[in-house]
Amino acid sequence: MSGWRAAVAIAGKDLRIERRSRTALLTASTFAVLIQLVFVFARDTATTTLAMVAPSVLWITMALTSLLALNRAFLLEREHAAMEGILLAPVPRAALFWGKWLGNLAFVALVQLLAFLVWVLFFNVAPSLSLLLVFALTLAAAAGFTAAGTLLAAMTARTRHAELLLPVLLLPFLVPPVFAGAQATMRLLAGRPMDELAGWLRLLVVYDVAFLVLATLLFPIVVDE
Amino acid sequence: MSLDLAAADRAIARGRVLTLLALAGVVAVYVLALQFTPPERLQGLAQKIFYLHVPAAWSGLMAFVLVGITSALFLWLKEPRLDAFAEASAEVGLMFSVIMLTTGPIWGKPIWGTWWTWDARLTFTLFEFLLFCGYFALRSAVREREERAKFSAVVGIMGMLLVPFIHLTVYLFNTTHPQPVVARVDGPALPGVMLRTFLISLGTFTLLYLGFVMQRYGIAIRTAHQEALDA
Repeated sequence: MSGWRAAVAIAGKDLRIERRSRTALLTASTFAVLIQLVFVFARDTATTTLAMVAPSVLWITMALTSLLALNRAFLLEREHAAMEGILLAPVPRAALFWGKWLGNLAFVALVQLLAFLVWVLFFNVAPSLSLLLVFALTLAAAAGFTAAGTLLAAMTARTRHAELLLPVLLLPFLVPPVFAGAQATMRLLAGRPMDELAGWLRLLVVYDVAFLVLATLLFPIVVDE
Repeated sequence: MSLDLAAADRAIARGRVLTLLALAGVVAVYVLALQFTPPERLQGLAQKIFYLHVPAAWSGLMAFVLVGITSALFLWLKEPRLDAFAEASAEVGLMFSVIMLTTGPIWGKPIWGTWWTWDARLTFTLFEFLLFCGYFALRSAVREREERAKFSAVVGIMGMLLVPFIHLTVYLFNTTHPQPVVARVDGPALPGVMLRTFLISLGTFTLLYLGFVMQRYGIAIRTAHQEALDA
């Protein structure tokens, strides 16, 4: 089987498991709504308007929800030693990474879409064309940090404190894309000219490429016995 | 055998000598800085912390860069001594960043008027510190020795790749940090006496780093040896 087809097959398998149980999707989506609720209430309504916190809430929701989603990525494989089964399959290890990454990204993107729609509703964001760009930004950011997250989760899933370790290790990696994404979002919502966005977009793209390449190189080392 | 106990003991003994020398050097730096170096015109006595803060930051950064390099070399050569060195250097680096993170705010209070600002370099060191807290959390969570070495090397390399991004992030976010006064293209902008004290302190802290790392490295080798026996 070619690398690409193997990767798609692995991603498909993960998403099929998800579709059949729906536990993770339901949990992550509920979490994404709850986080936003907490933010709405944890502010001084007299001085802080919803519009002021909207970009921050969006990006914090995206970051925390992705953490939750990535945590489950390899825990599934741990049950019944499923990982050993996958490792026995005659597919390149890099394809295994791309499969897991694609699966994670698709899952994160789905949850992000739900979280995004709720965010537009909760924070009274005026529907416009630039909202599509904001959502595209969240996807661009997710591409890079799910790469770092997939690599980290492959390691933490094999430790005793997976749920605790992954956030501690991954959050520093979330800071650059979340920063760039939030800055670009603020400018988009304020109707700033497009050329003010270029720098932030470049940062996101360079980050994505850098971590996808590194994770592709390091993942085989991590999973090999 | 790569985990040589006698070599570990030698490293600890040599490290101890270096550390003692460096500690004597630290005392000398204090005396020199407080007694024989004139106070800075605008900042007064607060500037004295510069002789401690900057060299500690230097040693911390050096420690973390070496963790990244030895991590990459470890994955290539699979040499357990490289892992022991990375572990030692990360721990010593953590200590130097604590010095940097405490002396920074102490200086910031009289000069910036606040203990903590989201200044780029301060924030950068905080990230570096937190990243390596995670590094040690991972180390402590993996029981099997080879797996622990492999995983922490991967995190070490990922951390090294993250550094430029964090650097860019914190700079774009905010900086109020004093501009470089020593490492400048047009030569140091520091009066000779101050530069002398600073350079002596820089040397002393580098020596202190070496002394600590050698001892910690010896201990890591001994622990690895013990683990191999227990396994």
